[in-house]
Amino acid sequence: MIPNEPKITPELVAEHGLKPDEYERILQLIGREPSLTELGIFSAMWNEHCSYKSSRLHLRGLPTKAPWVIQGPGENAGVIDIGDGLAAVFKMESHNHPSYIEPYQGAGTGVGGILRDVFTMGARPIAALNALRFGDPTHPRTRHLVGGVVAGIGGYGNSFGVPTVGGLVGFHTRYDGNCLVNAMAVGLAEADKIFYAKATGVGLPVVYLGSKTGRDGIHGATMASAEFGEGAEEKRPTVQVGDPFAEKLLLEACLEIMEAGCVVAIQDMGAAGLTCSAVEMGAKGDLGIELNLDNVPCREEGMSAYEMMLSESQERMLMVIAPGKEEQAEAIFRKWGLDFAIVGYTTDTLRFVIKHKGEVVADLPIKELGDEAPLYDRPWVETPKKAPIDPATLDITHTVPGILERLIASPDFASKRWIWEQYDHLILNNTVQRPGGDAAVVRVKNGPKGLAMTTDVTPRYCEADPFEGGKQAVAEAWRNLVAVGARPLALTDNLNFGNPEKPEIMGQLVGCLKGISEAARALDFPVVSGNVSLYNETFGRAILPTPTIGGIGVLDDVAASVGIAFEDSGETILLVGETKGWLGQSAFLSEILDREEGAPPPVDLAAERRNGDFVRGLIKDGLVAAVHDVSDGGLLVAVAEMALASGIGATLTAPPAGMVPVAWWFGEDQARYIITCASGKGAILKRAEAAGVPLTKIGVTGGDRLNLPGERPIMVDALRERHEAWLPIYMGAGLM
Amino acid sequence: MKAAVIVFPGSNREGDVARALELVSGSRPTLVWHADTALPAGTDLVVLPGGFSYGDYLRCGAIAARATIMEAVRAHAARGGLVLGICNGFQILCESGLLPGVLVRNARLRFICREARLRVERIDTPYTRKYAKGSIVRFPVAHGEGNYTADAETLKRLEGEGRVVFRYVTTSGQRDDEQVLNGAANSIAGIVSEKLNVLGLMPHPENHVDPLIGPTDGRALFESLAGVLERA
Repeated sequence: MIPNEPKITPELVAEHGLKPDEYERILQLIGREPSLTELGIFSAMWNEHCSYKSSRLHLRGLPTKAPWVIQGPGENAGVIDIGDGLAAVFKMESHNHPSYIEPYQGAGTGVGGILRDVFTMGARPIAALNALRFGDPTHPRTRHLVGGVVAGIGGYGNSFGVPTVGGLVGFHTRYDGNCLVNAMAVGLAEADKIFYAKATGVGLPVVYLGSKTGRDGIHGATMASAEFGEGAEEKRPTVQVGDPFAEKLLLEACLEIMEAGCVVAIQDMGAAGLTCSAVEMGAKGDLGIELNLDNVPCREEGMSAYEMMLSESQERMLMVIAPGKEEQAEAIFRKWGLDFAIVGYTTDTLRFVIKHKGEVVADLPIKELGDEAPLYDRPWVETPKKAPIDPATLDITHTVPGILERLIASPDFASKRWIWEQYDHLILNNTVQRPGGDAAVVRVKNGPKGLAMTTDVTPRYCEADPFEGGKQAVAEAWRNLVAVGARPLALTDNLNFGNPEKPEIMGQLVGCLKGISEAARALDFPVVSGNVSLYNETFGRAILPTPTIGGIGVLDDVAASVGIAFEDSGETILLVGETKGWLGQSAFLSEILDREEGAPPPVDLAAERRNGDFVRGLIKDGLVAAVHDVSDGGLLVAVAEMALASGIGATLTAPPAGMVPVAWWFGEDQARYIITCASGKGAILKRAEAAGVPLTKIGVTGGDRLNLPGERPIMVDALRERHEAWLPIYMGAGLM
Repeated sequence: MKAAVIVFPGSNREGDVARALELVSGSRPTLVWHADTALPAGTDLVVLPGGFSYGDYLRCGAIAARATIMEAVRAHAARGGLVLGICNGFQILCESGLLPGVLVRNARLRFICREARLRVERIDTPYTRKYAKGSIVRFPVAHGEGNYTADAETLKRLEGEGRVVFRYVTTSGQRDDEQVLNGAANSIAGIVSEKLNVLGLMPHPENHVDPLIGPTDGRALFESLAGVLERA
């Protein structure tokens, strides 16, 4: 008989984030009233964060397979074959709610969690990236969040010893009450030495490793599955506290015992801690798990079973150890000064049994905890299509140089140096392309291979048209990888949306997923891992739909990668791709005219593929000096970024006859790149013609300014000052 | 050259410096665990690498300075053996009393990872023989607590004895104590012991040795060491 104190009341059920019909389901499943510990376990397993109950149905449409995919979604991270017997292991995950409540610890533990996901699979982390979205800069909380989140990411990654090599940062009023912190990690493993959560073998010891369990983070996953309202700050105790030093030790110890052949199955204790990790290991292996909580290393006295099962204390792992290897494994952990405790055994009962102080406090069917989690086909409505913007109808009084100067110094386009200089992006000595380019490039071991990585999404597009926006996010990630010379291999998606119980929000999720699927399929760019973060709302106002895409590509010769900086004077500047002058949802429209209107640019996936393959071929054959993808901000912003990166100016040709100049310079048509070449323009033109790729000569590099026909010149140095100034001044830090 | 790189729990640039040493000298250094009591026989050079030893939750390097292996490192230094401390290693050297002064939080209270410019102030040390005197080199910094400080007496002595080996300078190559990136007194980036055998510096020469990754100004430091030790 399981003791049942206190009595389970409807209020208690609601406090656990379970709906009345979900509680009914629990009663039917176990045939009795659950104990408090059991109720806690169900709430941990069945919340949105862990069960994907609103999104699961729609995630099924994503393409997840390719010959180079070793492990798709469903494990701690995705795994892809990069050749030479090596695998890249990667995933992106959100830590939005915790970061809003307590930015330093929230963001830091977000990084810690994703690093753990990667090394749990046997991979050594080689790079970290992130995607951050903050509210309007004038919102009273924004500065505090930027400062705290950036320090938290740096504080964790720098100490752990992984280079933070790339990412994106954007600002929009729709994130005022709900910032986004999406952290991505990439690791390297031997392709035949990947470790999984699936337990095998009955009667094997289940071992607890790492830091001790405390009372931090209890109900973290449940908190992350609810909207914010009044009193969000009171949820601070649900935010975990990070210890990157412990994580570094855990990494070294885990890789060492894996190498020693001690590990049968491994699962990190992330969201819902001991509960989620133990259930996954058992359920995936068709085994039961019996835990004795008396053996769990605790940070404080008198912790209840309920608290231990729901704690989200960080830097902990659960493993099933190979028979006869306990002593060796323990010795390795002791050497690193970490806790090691046998807390249970695998069984053949398919039950999840928890004992504490001699009593059984939970006894639940293990498979059903995961498999029988609610699955919702929530009602959704399609986002109404918007009409395209006709540039000829816009009343534009600004000069082209004036627009560029404003855009380049606006929060979204201004240099993020103040941020990435707080991240150690050089440790491990493999960072070939540093932050600030299209994609980061990291050498693999001693080369010659390299990995390119990027994070992308344009939330304005997704809000206006979820389907095209979803497509565009994937296409842009793919394009950024191509732009450094990589062959894109796979992606991880971090889907950040509002409350899925609202049909229009659910429609955004469904639409974006359809777009992501279509683009991923067309570009042979499968989804191998991901994370869903819903209920990103405060006082009923949702964030912009933000399906962040993290992409990975491989370079066979990392030395052949190219950057965005003009290399020399006298280079020809060529534009790859077709320009119609698409201004709907453009940065120009939003930043200069203060209008977020119209349909976003459509993405022609066949053109993306054709143009991208063309550019990658040019890089591979050494025909181009610099490459930059043209994304939001358009052509002139892209050229300016290339000039800023090098200090070399350019003289540009006039827009084509009949096109509104602003539409040419700032339109956001997709599938475009800017390339430069010192010589060999003829060969490039010939190849473009053969491939059916539109190619236009748009200028020549040189000088110290940007010269546009009929406009005043724009000095590169002056532009740089504006570009670099905004963020440090905003953060009140001065320019140093 | 026989080099030993000490690994403390939380060290994280031991691999970078080992790789740089191997690249330049052709021989792989031995990694020595903090809990060991002795250095490998015949060790010429001891390196205390960058990182966050013991998490650096107390004063940086304070716990590492008291690690078991540090007895052997002190003895090695006392015999005139070479000891190179980079970043966290410099902090450990200061906390161990092998070098004077202390490294406190950066003046702007933020971690900085950036390419820094340094002036090589003297070239008659085992670490700088391959540089030209007064040359400006680029090493990256990556630290939150690299702000060198000492009492006025100590600073005066260091300057008087010419023990400042590396000094931060601006992009135009000038010393500017008001604008130094981390607030270090006298723009000090690295100092050497009286006998010139112990060098501590905050910037990372080991991260600038490979043309694929960036400038290669750090190579000459390891080449200087390799040259000295080959002849030894």
